[in-house]
Amino acid sequence: MQWEVGSALNIASILAAVIVIAAMLIWVERRLLGFWQDRLGPNRVGPFGLLQVVADMIKIFTKEDWIPPFADRFSFVLAPTIIMIVVLLSFSVVPFAPGVGIVDSNIGVLFVLAMASLGAYSVMLGGLSSDNKYALLGSLRAAAQMVSYEVFMGISLLGVVALAGSFNLREIVLAQEGGWFVVPQFIGFIIFLIAGVAESHRLPFDIPEAEQEICAGYHTEYSGMKFGMFFVGEYLGLVLISSLITVLFFGGWQGPLLPPLVWFFIKASCFIAFFILLRAAIPRPRYDQLMSYGWLFLLPLSLINLLITGVVILSANQM
Amino acid sequence: MTELFYSGAVVAVIATLLVIVQTNVVHALIYLVLSLLAVAVVFFSVGAPFVAILEAIVYAGAIMVLFLFVVMMLNLGQRSRDQEKNWLPARSWLVPSVLAAVLLMQLTASFPAAQTQIVEVGARAVSELLFGPYVLAVELASFLLLAGLVSAYHIAKK
Repeated sequence: MQWEVGSALNIASILAAVIVIAAMLIWVERRLLGFWQDRLGPNRVGPFGLLQVVADMIKIFTKEDWIPPFADRFSFVLAPTIIMIVVLLSFSVVPFAPGVGIVDSNIGVLFVLAMASLGAYSVMLGGLSSDNKYALLGSLRAAAQMVSYEVFMGISLLGVVALAGSFNLREIVLAQEGGWFVVPQFIGFIIFLIAGVAESHRLPFDIPEAEQEICAGYHTEYSGMKFGMFFVGEYLGLVLISSLITVLFFGGWQGPLLPPLVWFFIKASCFIAFFILLRAAIPRPRYDQLMSYGWLFLLPLSLINLLITGVVILSANQM
Repeated sequence: MTELFYSGAVVAVIATLLVIVQTNVVHALIYLVLSLLAVAVVFFSVGAPFVAILEAIVYAGAIMVLFLFVVMMLNLGQRSRDQEKNWLPARSWLVPSVLAAVLLMQLTASFPAAQTQIVEVGARAVSELLFGPYVLAVELASFLLLAGLVSAYHIAKK
């Protein structure tokens, strides 16, 4: 039972590319938001403001990394590392192109879901260890939100898994040679999209860190690079969700003319841009609206979707 | 795979011991999560990747999150830590350790010869068993869960 692991070069370049893209997204997001809100955004440092990321990084690395004396040191230091680790580990099962990818795991989809559920510890421990009212409120919200949306995230993927007949993400891509799964699994795609935004708690589902209500939520007490890890972890989550949507519903690297890696990049970038547009366009729902929308609407919908998919597959097999 | 098994097992044993001796509830919970993940690694190394990942999703990822959720609501401070310390003095270790040591010796003496042949049981094989010969057990488990759900709803309504 030995699983093929990609070469060291493969692993190192995927790791580097993913982290650099996540860091660059900080600039991309601000520029795009500026564009959509009819203003300029950061354009001073370097050409088009491209070096803004470098400036931000220098600033965040040299800031004082302060641990509040009343905080629980052990969990306070542990919390930001968890989000980075679990999101980066999730990338290990994502197939970027033929031959590019770290592990072709037979439990790829489940592995991603497991890592997503472990990510909840990051925000919970961060808020709990800070010993701060706002942080605690934020992490309570985050915990409830992440635990509920995980459920629909998992169920919405089962349709795709049933169609492809495998948990292996590479086999799911190969199964889409005849047509993208977004067509037969459109409802699953929409649910996964919504659950993905909620899992990475991005606007409009950024209730755990809603500035107007509870300061910065669970990372109120964090500063310096520990805050930076939460921040980059969120962008890494955004890249991960976009890559997963590309792999699961939009045929991964497949496409005419252009090389596979370019196709993957184009598709994933479209979703990243879409998520940023979502942030610019939609206001934040109230906490109880978010929860009841999830449990009373998305859960039944995803179950019905799974049921119909199962019936269709079974009747197609019998004919 | 043998190294993976032993490293997972060592981490699981140490983490579980730390769960018992920790006086801070949150730290104890973190070690419990670590212990469950280590057990998942053990499952993986003996050829059960599907069970391993379910262990990570269900126990480490869902049930322990609920534990932590409850701890967050309780607002436990220094007082509960002192109480925990009082409940676990050094002398209460003596008799259980001796008994556990006896049990361990008996177990090691009666171990069958180690199996080196590992057969991987994937997701498909597990599902075929669950929805084939063991379908009754699956249905009974779902009854139990439904009963739990309904009673939780009832209590929450009151």
